[in-house]
Amino acid sequence: MKQRLLQLYYLTLRDIKIYFKDKMVFLVSLITPMILLVLFITFLKTTYEDTILNIVGEFSISNKLLNAFSGGWLLSSVLATSCVTVSFCSGIMTLDKISKADIDFKVTPVNKSLITFAYVFSNYIATLIVCFILLIIGLIYLSIIGFYLNFIDILLIIANILLTSLFATLIANIIWSFTKSQGVVSGICTLLSALYGFICGAYMPIDSMGEFFKIFTSFLPGTYSTILFRKGFLNSVLNAMEKDLPNEIVNAIANSFDVNMSFFNQNINILTMFLVSIISIIIASIILILISYFKDKSKT
Amino acid sequence: MSENIIEIKNLHKSFNYVKAVNGISFKVKRGELFAFLGVNGAGKSTTINILTGILKKDSGECFIDGHNVNETMKILTNIGIVFQSSILDSKLNVYENLKYRAMLYSLSKSEFNERLNFFINRFELKDILKKPVGKLSGGQKRKIDIVRALIHHPKILILDEPTTGLDPKTRKIVWGLIEELRATNGLTVLLTTHYMEEATRANYVVIIDNGNIVTEGTPAYLKEKYANDYLKIYKYSKDLQAFLLKSDLNYKINNGIIEIKLSSTNEAKEFILNHSNDIEDLEIIKGTMDDVFLNATGKDLEKI
Repeated sequence: MKQRLLQLYYLTLRDIKIYFKDKMVFLVSLITPMILLVLFITFLKTTYEDTILNIVGEFSISNKLLNAFSGGWLLSSVLATSCVTVSFCSGIMTLDKISKADIDFKVTPVNKSLITFAYVFSNYIATLIVCFILLIIGLIYLSIIGFYLNFIDILLIIANILLTSLFATLIANIIWSFTKSQGVVSGICTLLSALYGFICGAYMPIDSMGEFFKIFTSFLPGTYSTILFRKGFLNSVLNAMEKDLPNEIVNAIANSFDVNMSFFNQNINILTMFLVSIISIIIASIILILISYFKDKSKT
Repeated sequence: MSENIIEIKNLHKSFNYVKAVNGISFKVKRGELFAFLGVNGAGKSTTINILTGILKKDSGECFIDGHNVNETMKILTNIGIVFQSSILDSKLNVYENLKYRAMLYSLSKSEFNERLNFFINRFELKDILKKPVGKLSGGQKRKIDIVRALIHHPKILILDEPTTGLDPKTRKIVWGLIEELRATNGLTVLLTTHYMEEATRANYVVIIDNGNIVTEGTPAYLKEKYANDYLKIYKYSKDLQAFLLKSDLNYKINNGIIEIKLSSTNEAKEFILNHSNDIEDLEIIKGTMDDVFLNATGKDLEKI
């Protein structure tokens, strides 16, 4: 057992080093969400603030609260997409198939599923590093424009980063198991970067989508993690709003900006959302283990 | 302990309707340099891939050091393999590449350092240890490939076309290293190649074509059986020329040098004795492995 853990450690370390040796890949992984954040702030911040002001109507709301809410919403969007896109854009498993380094590992006395797990762990760690750097940058930004987060909110955000990144990493590696082409990796990375934000409700509130898409997104695990990020970044801001605004207005803001979520008109609480994420991770893990097992059994 | 470290019996492997390996059997003795000779697609790499557990056999039996090849975890600790092209991580440096691979063979840190120091001294690796593999020359990469294959102290070194694409100087370096390791460690080497002159270094040669073993034996035996001798005559009388014109012998004259193709050294000796008065300067050239290959398979390597 100890030997297997050591093998897993060295395989993972090797994969992580390869990922970070390519400084361009790391920088692009980090810069892309930051560009997204800047674009959000530049073009969408005022739109969302106007929406809030429309809901508030004749009541008044402080600029600090307004900034904290729009800033938190944008950060939750960026983190929700980054946890997924970063993991999908670092496909060491496919790179190894292209360079045939995978064959070098196949002729070592290492369990083949251990090699797959190392790809998952390294991908997961690389994704977490990028996402936590983004979180730190985001928290610094919030502390400048308006910081309302408490310890529980930050714990919720961290837990959600851990779960969302793990789920995305597992799905990415399930897909990479079937491809030997760098083109497929780049294609899926580009496609996902463009589409995922819309599908999971990160780029625009699900509440503003049509009925079909509302139902469609409620079946995607990614939606639940986006809502969890919203709750982490915005719960305390909404609590602070309740001091100046009536509950109905605060609830209307929460509903319009996806801080609350319902599944066929049933409100979903935080615990259920985490449960959805955990069950999704378990299912994805089982699929990956089965793929790894059958691929090894069915080698030609 | 068996005398044979590798035993293959009636091995079959097909890819769809193509029979890559068609019932081959052979044995490799401990400490032997065994050459597996054939053109690309003959079935050499398929056999190697079955031996190393990369491919599954259709039928037949393969044993490595007494273990069935299905027991991959047991056999792979005893095998080091140098692939046709380097598959180390080009972004990582030499030390990282060797360390991350070595640790997969359950080597302790001290064992790894001991082995690494042995190779650093033997192969002069100190200056390139911290260089990324992608920035090494072809010869340096090959050195590292060999060290990677041997870092865990295997009993068998498999060399799959190890010198393909290398310049003559680098090929010489690579062969120097292999010979040194055989002499010092008693390593068994299984070599696949289509370079005929490399096969002459082997203790035993198997020639494979279209998945079948065409012939096998020591290089001397194969040359004796399949290769021709050539008699080159540099200075000769006009009578010899006249004799050749009338004879059925297979000969040609290039730049005034007569080259006669003879079936054996004995036939050459007999010819020289019969025409000793007409010959002043001569040379007997033994047949090459190219001739062996051509006569055994009917395939001319220069035309493939």
